[in-house]
Amino acid sequence: MIDGLLIGCVYGLAAMGLSLVWGVMDVINLTHGAVTVLGMFGMYLLFSAFPVNAYLLLLPVIVAGLLLGLLIYWTAVHWVIDRPQLASLLSTFAVNMIIIGAGTAIWSTSPYNVNYTLRGITIGAYTFTGNHIAAAAGAVIIALALELFLYRTRAGKAIRAVADNREAAELMGISSTAVLALAFAIGIALAMASGALVSTLFPFTILSGATYQMKSFVVTVLAGLGKPMGALVAGILLGLLEGAVTPFIAVSWIPVIEFGLFVVALVAFPKGLFAKATA
Amino acid sequence: MKIFFSTAVFLILFAVAAGQAQQNITIGLTVSKTGALNVDSTEQYRGFELWRDQVNAAGGIKAGGKNYKVQFVSYDDESNGKRVQQLYSRMILQDNADFLFSPYSSGLTATAAIITEQYGKIMLTTGAAEGKTYTLGNHSLFQMFAPGTEYLKGALDALKSKDPKATVAFVYEDASFSNSVVDPAKAHAQQIGLSVIFNEKYAPNTTDFSSIIDKVIASKATVLMGGGHYADGSTLAKQLYEHKVPLKMICLLVAPDSPQWTELGDAAVGVVVPSQWEPQVSLKAQYGPSGADFAKWYKAKYNAEPSYESAGGYAAGLILQRAIEQAGGTDTAKVTDALNKTDITTFYGRTKFSTAANEHGLQVGHAMVLAQWQKDKSGKSVKQVVWPLAAKSASLMYPIH
Repeated sequence: MIDGLLIGCVYGLAAMGLSLVWGVMDVINLTHGAVTVLGMFGMYLLFSAFPVNAYLLLLPVIVAGLLLGLLIYWTAVHWVIDRPQLASLLSTFAVNMIIIGAGTAIWSTSPYNVNYTLRGITIGAYTFTGNHIAAAAGAVIIALALELFLYRTRAGKAIRAVADNREAAELMGISSTAVLALAFAIGIALAMASGALVSTLFPFTILSGATYQMKSFVVTVLAGLGKPMGALVAGILLGLLEGAVTPFIAVSWIPVIEFGLFVVALVAFPKGLFAKATA
Repeated sequence: MKIFFSTAVFLILFAVAAGQAQQNITIGLTVSKTGALNVDSTEQYRGFELWRDQVNAAGGIKAGGKNYKVQFVSYDDESNGKRVQQLYSRMILQDNADFLFSPYSSGLTATAAIITEQYGKIMLTTGAAEGKTYTLGNHSLFQMFAPGTEYLKGALDALKSKDPKATVAFVYEDASFSNSVVDPAKAHAQQIGLSVIFNEKYAPNTTDFSSIIDKVIASKATVLMGGGHYADGSTLAKQLYEHKVPLKMICLLVAPDSPQWTELGDAAVGVVVPSQWEPQVSLKAQYGPSGADFAKWYKAKYNAEPSYESAGGYAAGLILQRAIEQAGGTDTAKVTDALNKTDITTFYGRTKFSTAANEHGLQVGHAMVLAQWQKDKSGKSVKQVVWPLAAKSASLMYPIH
């Protein structure tokens, strides 16, 4: 169960980026999985070059994520943002395939590892690995930082304003383009950060992003759009669900249950568990 | 002009005549240069390559008065069955391969076997233990590895002799190879009176074993056996160690035999692996080099210890070479006949193929050993042969913690 809680924090972080982008600009970001994998490779490359505490290397990964997010926004998203949702879906899907194709050409589909281990904590018969604990802590810290940013800074306020009502925000003098670009960049940076944390837990390949894309969808739909802390809590719930269910059934059934939950959430809670009531 | 012309004709005739004495044999194979099977497949390929280079350095395969130089045509199968299908067809139809070696792994070999049988070409399989492939009705498949049914027998027998009250957990990859090993192992455990209290398969490419590990801890099993190939086996061992699971014995397939296993550090120590071959097993070779020489040449060329994948690759080359020599040439029917009649001991062990129609090509002569990573006096991790007792180089370390 505790393992579930820990991995759930990481799922939550992964989903936050998707939720933010979806909530602010109504774009379902299909590059999310691929960018998460870029975060994994980013950590791997940095750690190979600078064998220091892997968690310190999170910072350059986040910065790289922001820059990459801006790049993707300006090349693929900005031009289709006012068109029907299908256009941005296709556009981000195309970028996703480009990233995976280029990644496969560079790194092939072989597994990679970030060999950095922190000492774990043992309680009775069970040991919780240090890496899991650190990843969960990292996820929570980043989530809190995001909350602070959104609710305590002008830029954050601007993002929330644009998410609520873009036209009204523009009338108030907020440059919606700049805000959208920033929100997208943050979304990508969050995905890369979660990838970087995951890379210290499990081996990964260029194709590992698909799992995180799917889990992020489930978490985002469950939580409701645009509320990052809601995504973190929903991620934790998902992790706990996995932890609670696996002692009783074969591990291969987990995706079936998760997507069953996905359908239930879509039908019963269309706005998500944590969406605020719209006026 | 006339002199030029006649000189040219003379040179051409000379070249043709010289070429007649030296012919080529083309052997097709694929290597998993990318993908999850990369580590194991590369080791297998090095065995093939070492054999080819030595045969050619000695002047080629000598049969029927001719010298045959061996050349390979090889591609990257990306650890992917669809690529194997395309590439084996290509090697047979376009590259004119005379003989084929299998890819690495039971799964990919089963796919390649369909193609080679379709075109009536001889394929020597190595790195592929699943027995089912040979029961589907074939004429030209020849298996170098002892089949999956043999893998865990030794480990279970060794365990029973040390601790008859041990409780066993099988945790293994849901793929053709591991299934072909664990199913008969469960039956054998029951037969010798060992208690199996936990059994779970995991999907190929699984990287997060924490839920399975928690279940193993809850079951209170004292021994874990299973795994699959290098990627999942090494990850499972690492996570078992990180979770400090109180196991007295861990036996994993394939992965611990790779020299890369030591990268896991302390997680690597004590792990047992069923092996097709180990350098310490000294056999009198009736054909080809001794095990010591093979290991020496391999280490000199690749700066690494040979694993049993490499030994299998080299032995496949030796057996094919001998069959061509016995057949006096490369005619498929004659070489098939020679392979069917093979019953010979090389550094690798005894090789004999079944000729029964319902399991043609199944390896029936080769016996397996059990190896374990132990720390030597200087603290370095080395692989020792621990079973059968007659072949051992060190005693089984039990319990491992």
